[in-house]
Amino acid sequence: MRPILLNGHTRSLTKIKYNREGDLLFSVSKDHTPTVWYSHNGERLGTYEGHGGTCWDIDVNGTTTRVLTGSGDNTCRLWEATTGKQLHVFETKSAVRSVAFAFGDKEAIFVTDATMGNKSTIHFVKIAENPEEQQPPYKTITTNEAKFSIARWGYLNKTIVVGHDDGTISIFDAKTGELIRKAKDHTDTIQDLQFSNDLSYFITASKDTNSFIYDYETLKVLKRYPTERPVNSAAISPLKDHIILGGGQDAMSVTTTSVTAGKFEVRFFHKIFQEEIGRVKGHFGPINTLAFHPSGKSFASGGEDGYIRIHHLDPDYFTFKYDEEE
Amino acid sequence: MPAKHRKDEFTDEELGIDYSEIDFSDIEKQFEMTMSLASSLRSVVVVDNAPIIDQSKEAKLFNVFKKIFKDIGKIVENGIDMPRDPETGMSKGYLFIEFETPEQADLAVKQANGYQLDRSHVLAVNHFEDIEKYSLMEDEFKEPELEKFTEKEHLKSWLTDERDRDQWVILKENVVSLYWNNKDEQPEHIHSRNNWTETYVSWSPKGTYLVTFHRQGVALWGGDSWNKIVRFVHPDVRYIDFSPNENYMVSWSNEPFMSVTGEPHNLIVWDVNTGTLLRSFAVTNEQLNINEKTKMIEWPVFKWSHDDKYIARMTPGPKGAISIYELPTMNLLDKKSVKVKDLKAFSWSPSDNIIAYWTPENDNTPARVTLLSIPSRSIVQTKNLFNVTDCRLFWQSKGDYLLVRVDRYKKTKKNNFTNFELFRMREKDIPVDVVEIDPNETVNILSWEPNGKRFAFMGMKNGQSGIHIFQVTDGKDINKGAKELVTIEKKGANTICWNPKGRFIVFANLKGQGELCFYDCNDLSELAEGEHFQCTDIQWDPTGRYLISSASAWKVKNDTGYQLWEFNGKPLFKQPMQLFKQIIWRPRPESLLTAAQMKKIRKNLKNYTQKFEEEDSLLKTKVSREIVERRKKLYKEWKEYRIQCQERYKKDKALRFELSGYESDGEGRPVEKDIEYVEEWIEEVVEEKEELI
Repeated sequence: MRPILLNGHTRSLTKIKYNREGDLLFSVSKDHTPTVWYSHNGERLGTYEGHGGTCWDIDVNGTTTRVLTGSGDNTCRLWEATTGKQLHVFETKSAVRSVAFAFGDKEAIFVTDATMGNKSTIHFVKIAENPEEQQPPYKTITTNEAKFSIARWGYLNKTIVVGHDDGTISIFDAKTGELIRKAKDHTDTIQDLQFSNDLSYFITASKDTNSFIYDYETLKVLKRYPTERPVNSAAISPLKDHIILGGGQDAMSVTTTSVTAGKFEVRFFHKIFQEEIGRVKGHFGPINTLAFHPSGKSFASGGEDGYIRIHHLDPDYFTFKYDEEE
Repeated sequence: MPAKHRKDEFTDEELGIDYSEIDFSDIEKQFEMTMSLASSLRSVVVVDNAPIIDQSKEAKLFNVFKKIFKDIGKIVENGIDMPRDPETGMSKGYLFIEFETPEQADLAVKQANGYQLDRSHVLAVNHFEDIEKYSLMEDEFKEPELEKFTEKEHLKSWLTDERDRDQWVILKENVVSLYWNNKDEQPEHIHSRNNWTETYVSWSPKGTYLVTFHRQGVALWGGDSWNKIVRFVHPDVRYIDFSPNENYMVSWSNEPFMSVTGEPHNLIVWDVNTGTLLRSFAVTNEQLNINEKTKMIEWPVFKWSHDDKYIARMTPGPKGAISIYELPTMNLLDKKSVKVKDLKAFSWSPSDNIIAYWTPENDNTPARVTLLSIPSRSIVQTKNLFNVTDCRLFWQSKGDYLLVRVDRYKKTKKNNFTNFELFRMREKDIPVDVVEIDPNETVNILSWEPNGKRFAFMGMKNGQSGIHIFQVTDGKDINKGAKELVTIEKKGANTICWNPKGRFIVFANLKGQGELCFYDCNDLSELAEGEHFQCTDIQWDPTGRYLISSASAWKVKNDTGYQLWEFNGKPLFKQPMQLFKQIIWRPRPESLLTAAQMKKIRKNLKNYTQKFEEEDSLLKTKVSREIVERRKKLYKEWKEYRIQCQERYKKDKALRFELSGYESDGEGRPVEKDIEYVEEWIEEVVEEKEELI
């Protein structure tokens, strides 16, 4: 089916995310305006005005009432999802790289960068029912080693799963802040980390051109998807045994290569067989972020070119099956 | 009885000797003499079989000897001593020569022994000390103990592959790996080693040896076990060049090493079979063609004859000469170089001991291409040329033809034009034909069809590039030299690469878009087009069945790796590989089949085809079965893993509900009842028109 092009951002996309039901798509980009769209037709629903810098990450809570954004303007902001009203500003000392609501929405984390003598830090906040009573972070986890690039809540909010700049994946205890486990299979920055629906495994996307599926409990690599280009984002289909990868070379060297060779395609792999099954073209720059619709019937990609593309998958995609799948 | 003796002797103390009072200097002096004598004796050689002469000719003979040993070492003053018969005053036919160092004496023995002074005098040069050793030899012959014979590995075993596959070597990061080509399937891994080479890898010309480069020198590997066969110590070695039959090798290092004569040498000629150094050379800058752009020397400096009998190098310029050395002695052929004033370039015929060289125009003499037969040094053909700016010599691979590209200047205009001179080597008196091409065409790359009659070159005309294929004429058109078969317009193509078996040719755009064009020169038609973006190299396999295009990390940043193509342009296999540097097909020795046998095979090709196709399909089913089994296994493993996950997930259902207040199904998706469907009806008025009825 023809993809829907969402042309609202003026600069490259940094993150897109569906809400739990999948009717809305939230996006942040290097322009300063987080945006929300109807996912079925691509109509822009509204924006969240206030940030003064590149927004790096966005998350929406399970009931689609609150939105959390992190930005290079050294703030993490909490918004009312439906009205775009700014509820609270968490002032930080460095750029906010990653934000995430906990399961159940009572807590959230955000990650700040290591710059100007500040250590890379995960901040824990309790989300107050009444925004006026919102308190600053009550707890932090810092690191002296490679800085955090992404942080997500683990199963039942017991842990925080963190990707590092050097490719390490580590799991911290969410209560004590202790390091429980770590694994270094990637050799370069973890760009993305997305869980399966039941949080039993997750997929990583790394600049080292690989994407791995890790078992959450053991941090063992279950599956490997090597490519030739840095992988910026990876998502797991909630419907079929497929994953999608997106990337392309560094934005810096884009101009030196032709579009045909840039590999700016969304690549479908069979999750279990680790074989490539298809590609979806469209972006004319690297793909920075990918998200599957919760139904698994469509997916969206956000590119360096400033576009979001929503692809509704064709009927034959759903009938496609390997003989070996039972 | 020494034991008894001792008892009778007194100890030093008993005798009251104090050693400090005794003057030993006289003894010390005596021993010093013998010490220095011993070391100087090592620098002395004995030369036998010298002419027997009288006093009057002595000085003359000494001069001859000084000349002989000039390149080898320095003779100390009055270092030549020739004993003579006191009665007749005639010399005894041998003389002693003392060099400055024992190393020089070693070299003198090595190089001057067997030197042919004239017809009846072949010099025998030996160490002075050896003479003594030999004189002490026992008269009775003792059979030397036989060294136990250890069988060497079969170095050509790879040619016995059941499926007649070819091998290639890959250098990736610092890992050297060898693979069998498996067409469109994953190549079969043979062997890998980390840090096998420090710079790059290479094959010997017939594929027997894999060559690795190290700071200390070069090592050759082979056989099924890939053990080291021989190594050549040459610090910081850069380039090597094998003789065509792999018997000898030349190596070059930018860092000169001190030879025994004390000269800095860059070049070494080796015997591959024994691993011994045959001779090393100093190379002056004039003798090197240094590419002005890259500052690299033009390799090879020494050129091998086709049969490994000779190696030649040239000295360009007014004192030009071609120096031809015989193997394995590495002595200068006939003790003198071939003097060629203003020599510009030379090359050996690939099939005969004929050297072609050319000299530019000078005063009243025209430029000239000369063919010289070796070792007779007779000139077999010359061709005078006028208004020449440059010449290039191109031999057909069998040596049937020599094509000389002649760049000339026009008298009226400044710009140049090009034509070709074709030497028909196999015909009587070697006739030379002129092949004219469009005068506006500038010729870039030229190459002969291997073993064929066609050649292709890339030309530029008014900014348009085209590939021209010519065929040597015979029959009644014989005087025309060669006629153009076709001109092919191919944008971007910058390389032409003939199939090693002829007929097919590939035009490629390297280091750019990477378009490849496969062309059939028999039907004069394009077979297929392909693309390997930014590929940097293309290379046919030795049988001409496959082509590899590769993008090396030495030249491009992204998308390194290789692609395999069939000869007709069908893509077979793609292998992206990070930090990929090099891939080279293993060469094969030429076929042992006679022309008649090959003809017979070609005639019965259908029978063979059937057999091969059966084998192929058998293999295919085997491979696909393996794939299916692998998938089934993976699928089963994954399902087991998932069952385990889901059990835990279901168990925690209550916990999850407590945390979130909403339910989700076993896979974590929102439960249907939580999802609220809102239907929205939008009425849109497209157009409204009022009509009067």
